[in-house]
Amino acid sequence: MPNSIGHRMPQQIPIVDYLVLSEPPHLEAHACTGCDALYFDRRNACAHCGGTEFTRKPLSNEGRVRAYTIVHRAAPSVPAPYTSVVVDLDDGGVVKANLLDVTGPEHIEPGMPVRLGTYVAGVDDDGVEAVAFGYRRQEDAA
Amino acid sequence: MSSGDVWIIGTSMTPFGRFEDKDLIDLASDAALDALTDADSTISDMGVVAVGNVYEANSHNGQRLQKQIGQTGVPVYNVVNACATGATAVRVALLSLAAGEADTALAVGAETMGKMGMLGEAAKSRDTKKQYSRKGRYGSVLKTEGILGTGLMPGVFAQAGTEYALRHGVTDVQFARVAQKNHAHSVLNPLAQYRKEFSLQEILEAEAIAYPNTLPMCCPTGDGAAAVVLVSDARLKTLDPDVRKRAVKISASVLTSDPWVESGQVQPDVNTLTRNAADAAYEQAGIGPQDIGLVELHDCFATAELIHYDNLRLCEPGGAGEFIDSGAPWREGKIPVNVSGGLLSKGHPIGATGIANLYEVTAHLRGEAGERQIEGAKVGLTHVIGLASACAVHILEARPTSGSEVG
Repeated sequence: MPNSIGHRMPQQIPIVDYLVLSEPPHLEAHACTGCDALYFDRRNACAHCGGTEFTRKPLSNEGRVRAYTIVHRAAPSVPAPYTSVVVDLDDGGVVKANLLDVTGPEHIEPGMPVRLGTYVAGVDDDGVEAVAFGYRRQEDAA
Repeated sequence: MSSGDVWIIGTSMTPFGRFEDKDLIDLASDAALDALTDADSTISDMGVVAVGNVYEANSHNGQRLQKQIGQTGVPVYNVVNACATGATAVRVALLSLAAGEADTALAVGAETMGKMGMLGEAAKSRDTKKQYSRKGRYGSVLKTEGILGTGLMPGVFAQAGTEYALRHGVTDVQFARVAQKNHAHSVLNPLAQYRKEFSLQEILEAEAIAYPNTLPMCCPTGDGAAAVVLVSDARLKTLDPDVRKRAVKISASVLTSDPWVESGQVQPDVNTLTRNAADAAYEQAGIGPQDIGLVELHDCFATAELIHYDNLRLCEPGGAGEFIDSGAPWREGKIPVNVSGGLLSKGHPIGATGIANLYEVTAHLRGEAGERQIEGAKVGLTHVIGLASACAVHILEARPTSGSEVG
């Protein structure tokens, strides 16, 4: 896995605050204490049950592909083609990210197992690295 | 004795396309005035006005329209509800009749999108120092589009399609057949933005946008407007026989939003709210999918149309791929779908779309659809869905031709 996190000197910041740069890096959601619904963003109340209490819950780094597309005509300044995947995480949660190193539909199968990986997606003018996450096919990541 | 039924007595749509010499209110006026003429009415007859628009929604377009076609002092509702905006304006008008606030109503939907393009405008370049800081509810430090997957419309509806495909074995050829059908249908529609037939091969080999959708499998942006004139059942009974015999009944009018699902925060669920709306509409109208003579559904992308065959219960569960292969949704088929050319070729000026599909179905139920008439159509269904999400389904019925003409 490139750019392993945690022992590098450059200051790093996760691309979104639901990516936690511990060892190993993983995702964390806000879990509704009433119904266990998971949210990546801050919520005023649970959209499922209306509860207002949340706890942090670490999510699995492994999951299965639920949906995908290969984007050829991308937003301005976004390199294309790239593959977007919706992943059902083992033990709960659904997340969207890029499927790394795959740009052909022939490499994607129903329920294909994938594993989270991180990489540096950008550097600001102070040298702070923004760390993003994506998924790799488990057979590639193994 | 009058029922609580609401009727369409007039309707119109402008051609969809790009009109550099017309602004939003020109288009809205064209559709509104023509719908009023079609209803043998004037703006002075209208008890309420509802106007739908998305991109200029803070401009109070209902009042802007009144200043061009008649400031009569009646209530005006300005409506915005994603791609269901036009249909929601119709529902606001209908609810006003149902509440007894008025017995006649004008609903208009209009949009000018010009050449904004499929993905919106380019980002402005920055000239300030780049310094990461956490922003918004996700604490993001840079734009996540293209890094954490895609959230733009072509990709979202492609993902909705592949989710169905991975589950039910749909192929890219089956998705492409949807576009082949709608482009073929559009040739007969003089109001369509594009009227060009494509072979299956041409569609499959066209520029890839977001797999499996190629360029002809994505709807264009554009300008246009559409309007309907609604009356209560009691009011209809007072109108000229020539107006009454062309009246089309709104047998069902349903609006839904997306119920919570776990995946909804990363990939909008366009299925559940469509299924909920369809089921409620069938129940309201007291009919089933087998009774429907034609359908105008929200084919913003070819992948969307295919999954909505299933969501609207037009095919066997999981059988949308076989449904398109069978030819059922072609104009000669069992349940013609998007004989107007659909959004893919007729166009999709967002605020107008949910009224333009009522215009299309009304034309067929009146037997006035010209070259593209579906012969003998008595019942039609319209569907729109916009991400937010909002879904509207209407079921329209032709007026019975015998036995009911009195007074």
